[in-house]
Amino acid sequence: MIKQMITRKLGLAIAMAFVLLINVDAQRATSLRFNEILVINEDNFVDDYGLRNSWIEIFNSSPGTVDMGSCFLTNDKSNPMMYRIPKGDVMTKIKPRQHSLFWADNNPSHGTFHLNFYLNPTESNYLALFDSDGRTLIDEIIIPAGQKADVSYGLVEDGWNQSRLDEELHLNASYKRGNKLWINYDKVTPNTNNVTLDTNEKVENFKENDAKGFGMTLTAMAVVFSALVLLFLIFKGIGKTAVSLSRRRAMKSQGVSHSQAQGMANESGEIFAAIAMAIHEITEDLHDDESSVLTIQNVARNYSPWSSKIYSLRELPKR
Amino acid sequence: MNSTFLSFLTDNLETFFTYTGFANATWGHIIMLLVGLVFIYLAIAHEFEPMLLIPIGFGMLIGNIAFKDAGLQIGIYEEGSVLNILYQGVAQGWYPPLIFLGIGAMTDFSSLISNPKLMLIGAAAQFGIFGAYMLALLLDFEPNQAGAIGIIGGADGPTAIFLSAKLAPNLMGAIAISAYSYMALVPVIQPPIMRLLTTKKERVIRMKAPRAISETEKIIFPIVGLLLTCSLVPSGLPLLGMLFFGNLLKESGVTRRLAETARGPLIDTITILLGVTVGASTQATEFLTIDSLKIFALGAISFIIATTAGILFVKLFNLFLKDGNKINPLIGNSGVSAVPDSARISQVVGLEYDPSNYLLMHAMGPNVAGVIGSAVAAGILLGFLA
Repeated sequence: MIKQMITRKLGLAIAMAFVLLINVDAQRATSLRFNEILVINEDNFVDDYGLRNSWIEIFNSSPGTVDMGSCFLTNDKSNPMMYRIPKGDVMTKIKPRQHSLFWADNNPSHGTFHLNFYLNPTESNYLALFDSDGRTLIDEIIIPAGQKADVSYGLVEDGWNQSRLDEELHLNASYKRGNKLWINYDKVTPNTNNVTLDTNEKVENFKENDAKGFGMTLTAMAVVFSALVLLFLIFKGIGKTAVSLSRRRAMKSQGVSHSQAQGMANESGEIFAAIAMAIHEITEDLHDDESSVLTIQNVARNYSPWSSKIYSLRELPKR
Repeated sequence: MNSTFLSFLTDNLETFFTYTGFANATWGHIIMLLVGLVFIYLAIAHEFEPMLLIPIGFGMLIGNIAFKDAGLQIGIYEEGSVLNILYQGVAQGWYPPLIFLGIGAMTDFSSLISNPKLMLIGAAAQFGIFGAYMLALLLDFEPNQAGAIGIIGGADGPTAIFLSAKLAPNLMGAIAISAYSYMALVPVIQPPIMRLLTTKKERVIRMKAPRAISETEKIIFPIVGLLLTCSLVPSGLPLLGMLFFGNLLKESGVTRRLAETARGPLIDTITILLGVTVGASTQATEFLTIDSLKIFALGAISFIIATTAGILFVKLFNLFLKDGNKINPLIGNSGVSAVPDSARISQVVGLEYDPSNYLLMHAMGPNVAGVIGSAVAAGILLGFLA
């Protein structure tokens, strides 16, 4: 009994640990991405001190809040621990699919989001984000040399990687934003989405290509039927297996041969129900002619069980 | 002194009057109050879906008592008001999955498992959704709005609310009221169509008694159902995930308490909150529009198309089935997933033509398949148009 309880608790503990591990993984900094970088800031966004410097936008591509405190930002491959993002600052927690902006002004005394390095305006710049162990690379990017002033270098869509872009290009031949993962933006978007839509592209697409709705109807009904046809096929198979298994089990327990069982299977359930009812009636000896008579007339006898006190008391059913 | 005091009292009373419902009521409010009263009447006098129509009808009364917009945080659309907080379950779409959890915990899929071909009827009835979608496009609704309106044909209130909250939040009140109204009116809408589309011979078709289902099959169903349908349409996860989860709680046999909570106190609580807040969301100022009237018309048509499609599909299906395996087309209407009302209609109409032909158990198959089908259809619309 105790052993069983221990086993059960152990199983529960393992399951909980597994769930927690998965959860922890989902909330880790690995879902952070470099999203947009402005190297030469001449007439653009200013920081809290009214100063213009290069800025680096980081995007949380996960559906959960991620704390990037203790992670490292660097522009030097040989020194992954160049700038440690301070821990405990509430602002380092990035909400799901939100952004955070760092200033490459070589002035960490200005606060958490001011790095201890500059970006080089004349050469290419390497940027990397490392996890809190200083070894696990989360994301890296090389910003090509020759960036124009006030033109940022950003991901084609927030948080995308090459495989996501390839998938989009494969699925959507009319994808209008080109085939490069990183592009230049004349209209910079610090701390917000790289692309904002005036319209719902999907809806516009349907308006343009399927104004009457036939395409949607055909596709959707095909999917609905496919889902239910698949369920039908699977449960037809499961049903057949279940029937043959239960028949085999019954044959085994009652010592019935295969041919006898086949014969029985051809009879309808109603026949079995009628036979069972007949057997039940015989064994229970039920009949319609009762020995007693129910009447509203006065009976000659003084004693009747109907007027007896003991029969009007509620008795518990006997086991 | 006295005259000053009197004028003070009069001024106060006048100011008070400007805050009352009488001073602020418009014809729109009065019309909506009357509609709410009709809902309550239908629920009590005719027992049309009382569990839904009473909360919705009373919610309409709550939502249509006019008041002065003085920032008192009393209206359902005022951020931070009690009604607004309760309404978030509708607006953010988390009441419908909880209702689906309860539905899963109370639904017996045995009839469907024993005769899985009935699932296809549940699929055919979804033509109602897409028929209404096409008609809504014809009436100049945007594709996302048309999708939200079309889902009325799924005859599933929670699904309609869930989808319209995502695709066309401004139409949600009208869509929800339309869906629930026509679900309540299933006994009026369906029988004439059923009689019109079937012959006397077809109406007395006797179907094979369903076989007994093992516990293992009942347990496998929600697991396979989830993996299959949600892998195909992941956007249906919130609804289908909770539906099948609730069903596993019921069928596993080891989580009786959880299943009882899901199908009892939980679903009752959510039904109350959902009904009353959906009703209250029909404030005349937001609700009484030409679009609402169009939505009501499209809703009726979608139910008619869904019922017709289900019955015609059975007739078509019968052409490929051997004698003895044929399906009574009177259960075709039950692909419309108003559980269990449309199945009950099959039974009632069937008994009119053969008093010993009980169709209820057979009709429950397509009925619950309709729930799955409409949730899949909602997932598709969400995936395509959100």
